[in-house]
Amino acid sequence: MEWEVVIGLETHTQLKTNTKIFSGASTAFGAEPNTQACEVSIALPGVLPVLNREAVNCAIKFGLAVNAEIAPRSVFARKNYFYPDLPKGYQISQYELPVVGKGAVTIQVPAVGKNPAYEKVVNITRAHLEEDAGKSVHGAVEGMSGIDLNRAGTPLLEIVTEPDMRSAAEAVAYAKKLHELVQWIGICDGNMQEGSFRCDVNVSVRPKGTEKLGTRREIKNLNSFEFMQQAIEYETRWQIETLEDGGTIQQATVLFNPDTGETRSMRSKEEANDYRYFPDPDLLPLEVTEADKARVKAEMKESQEAIKTRFETQYGLNAYDVNVLTASRAKADYFERVVIGCGDAKLAANWVIGELSALVNRLDFYSENPLADNPPVDANDLAQLLNRYKGGNLNRAQAKEVLVDIANQSFSNLGETVDQIIARRGFVQISDSGAIEAIIDEVLKANPAMVEEFKAGKEKAFNALVGQAMKASKGKANPAQVNEILKKKLS
Amino acid sequence: MMNRSLKQFGEMLQTKKISSVELTQTFLARIAQHNPSINAYIALDEAKSLAQAKAADALIAAGKASPLTGIPIAQKDIFCAKDWPTTCGSKMLANFVAPYDAHVITQFDAVGAVNLGKTNMDEFAMGSSNETSYFGGVKNPWDVERVPGGSSGGSAAAVAARLCAAATGTDTGGSIRQPASLCGFSGLKPTYGVVSRYGMIAFASSLDQAGPMAKSAEDCALMMNVMAGFDERDSTSLNREKEDYTRDLAKPLQGLRVGLPKEFFAEGLDASVGKVIDEAIAAYKKLGAEIVEISLPNTGLSIPVYYVLAPAEASSNLSRYDGVRYGHRTAEYTDLMDMYCKSRAEGFGAEVKRRILIGTYVLSAGYYDAYYLKAQQIRRLIAQDFVEAFKHCDVIMGPAAPSTAFKAGEKVDDPVAMYLQDIYTISTNLAGLPGMSVPAGFSNGLPVGLQIIGNYFDEARMLNVAHQYQQVTDWHLKMPQGIE
Repeated sequence: MEWEVVIGLETHTQLKTNTKIFSGASTAFGAEPNTQACEVSIALPGVLPVLNREAVNCAIKFGLAVNAEIAPRSVFARKNYFYPDLPKGYQISQYELPVVGKGAVTIQVPAVGKNPAYEKVVNITRAHLEEDAGKSVHGAVEGMSGIDLNRAGTPLLEIVTEPDMRSAAEAVAYAKKLHELVQWIGICDGNMQEGSFRCDVNVSVRPKGTEKLGTRREIKNLNSFEFMQQAIEYETRWQIETLEDGGTIQQATVLFNPDTGETRSMRSKEEANDYRYFPDPDLLPLEVTEADKARVKAEMKESQEAIKTRFETQYGLNAYDVNVLTASRAKADYFERVVIGCGDAKLAANWVIGELSALVNRLDFYSENPLADNPPVDANDLAQLLNRYKGGNLNRAQAKEVLVDIANQSFSNLGETVDQIIARRGFVQISDSGAIEAIIDEVLKANPAMVEEFKAGKEKAFNALVGQAMKASKGKANPAQVNEILKKKLS
Repeated sequence: MMNRSLKQFGEMLQTKKISSVELTQTFLARIAQHNPSINAYIALDEAKSLAQAKAADALIAAGKASPLTGIPIAQKDIFCAKDWPTTCGSKMLANFVAPYDAHVITQFDAVGAVNLGKTNMDEFAMGSSNETSYFGGVKNPWDVERVPGGSSGGSAAAVAARLCAAATGTDTGGSIRQPASLCGFSGLKPTYGVVSRYGMIAFASSLDQAGPMAKSAEDCALMMNVMAGFDERDSTSLNREKEDYTRDLAKPLQGLRVGLPKEFFAEGLDASVGKVIDEAIAAYKKLGAEIVEISLPNTGLSIPVYYVLAPAEASSNLSRYDGVRYGHRTAEYTDLMDMYCKSRAEGFGAEVKRRILIGTYVLSAGYYDAYYLKAQQIRRLIAQDFVEAFKHCDVIMGPAAPSTAFKAGEKVDDPVAMYLQDIYTISTNLAGLPGMSVPAGFSNGLPVGLQIIGNYFDEARMLNVAHQYQQVTDWHLKMPQGIE
């Protein structure tokens, strides 16, 4: 029998607000345990939640970005369960009335083997606001478990899809797209290692061609796309084998073990909690007006799709370049600043995608922090360098050396300007026609054989003569002028 | 001396007839003398109280006094007060010292009032007799065999026995008004949202409201001027302009339309209590009020609705008491679940457990619609009853409690009988309306309270209505014997 896998995702995106969703405590990552746990985070007796409107704005941004319905009135509910890292004994979430309703995301599923790449629409069921829990810390104190409540109350937007995906590749393509999107609209830093973007994947299988959904198992807390791919592939195989062996699938929550590449059941449906959801009486219903939406919309910059189209038409860039340059909002902004500074989009694209990316990749090898979105070369400096390069002040090899120097400057804070680096390196070009002519006369005199070859019709000999002239000038001659004068002399 | 009004105490302080330190010492001495037999206070801290009194004297000397500066106020032990034990009447929090101030505490601190101590209460404000307190029952100063009512029983006894100048209370289903009735003083539950709940330990969040407990309506008005006001830390706090609750006290009552709900005078009301209420109504007629018969047809449903909604919210509100971060943790346990179970089994008393069980049940999958949702629907009907009623009257009057103070132990084994104590008060909490109880006379030597229910934000009018009555009666000045 041929089987079909059906996949839906629930993604917890940590919202990029300065303070927690229901208190003024900081959300910064990596602080000493419990130093960002205010009286509300600890759930002292008598404390009350106050909604952070910034978190709501993030939800509205997401809703607008996926063309979703944004509820004029949504309700916060309490999800009741006991756990040491859940200080109130309930999580404030949204249940029956979420802030974001139905929407959709278009994904590009890459080619796999003989199967070509294709586009697909994944429907968003809902997205709701909720607070994160704290963390249990094991091993800090011998024989005891510790609780760190720094993360408790961090705002999350849980984004739920319809069971629209039909392969691990589609699920991963969706997750990557969503990951890109939430960073693009600036609501999430996308850091999967720090848990800012966590995916739960619901997987079921059914005989191909049938309508009825199979029983699903939920793979919890996948924090890399690679693991997601592996986990879904394993889980799919396991479910198909189980059914083909005459077994049945029990609804369950499973964990993926990256070491073994297997999924294992954590708890079955029978063990599931009754969360006793009810509207939180401490919070009024959340109201989002048309004016709120308009205000957020005005704050939002161009969508990724819009900027792609614009880069193609306005700058005449090809699809590959556009995709690379719009991989993130930061990259697109950077590119545009270089374009504005040097007035040449193609040149800017070449250098941002080529030399700058190569440099960043080399540096990244040694660096703990990804530099891709924050290159060590200021866009204005790169534009200035390209202006000098374009003006013929220095050649490509020299410009590359200056680029490295600019990057080093940013680490050492020496404060040298682009022109100072060019001067220090002695990359001031010889543009004096008389001086160049003198050099070329010397070269022609010293290489009569090459001159003969050129006259015999060998074009290559011309380049060799240019090379000799550049060498004689120690690379300082303006290459354009060398070409021009040499051509004149040989004609 | 002890029967003086807040205004009189304030005048004495500001004319330097007495210092706040002396006044505080006087009350502390009375507490030392009478509290052992009444058990109104859970926590006292002479050094802290006197330090505040000293600071108040400095404010007065500097000419920066306001009406409550230097006046010793008893605080119900439901309000977190920085560096004070804050137990909520429970073993669960017997070891808890609050690291922050509730909004109400901050408000009193800001005007230089003195925190005289933390008063006893039913555990987590669940009870109508103060018998559920982990720190022992409170005795009614009018008859120490009897209960003071609850849950603000400690504040009630302290006001009645003149062991404070005034006190704070909280009222979820009648916890200010019923003890005010049983102990013979004036107590006001404001409109929901008028006093911030920040730092007030939650029982049932959608019903809890803090208010003043004091000798007279005028005292309550002065207390309200301090307690009321917007607080951005409580999302249900209402952002309204600050008002002066004393502004209408002197208004004549000529033409006041008083609604009498027939359901409040039906079966279940003690006849002798009914007689006192009738006399009070007659006094109002003399003051120029016009009596209108009204109906609140869903009154009978208020107790069942309340005992679904309040426990539902409580079961969730009390989940934070898990022994993990603060509060009682059992001495020995084998694992996490064992720690939760034992800590909570040991830390909570029987009534609290009963309500957690009820609340958990009504919120459970499969029961939610039949109980919680249905109760919410009826809650709206009850609120609608009042909207209708207020089309025909300005205030509603009736008894605050169905009987006078009952004997300790009399109802502890019959929760339903205990719950019926709040039959006349609960519906106002469900509707979010303000209500008060004022002394209206005695039955067999025990105080009887007249309830006055106002429309939303009509506290100033209610205080006016009560104050005018207190200008022609002296029930509010009566004191229990043996305490002067």
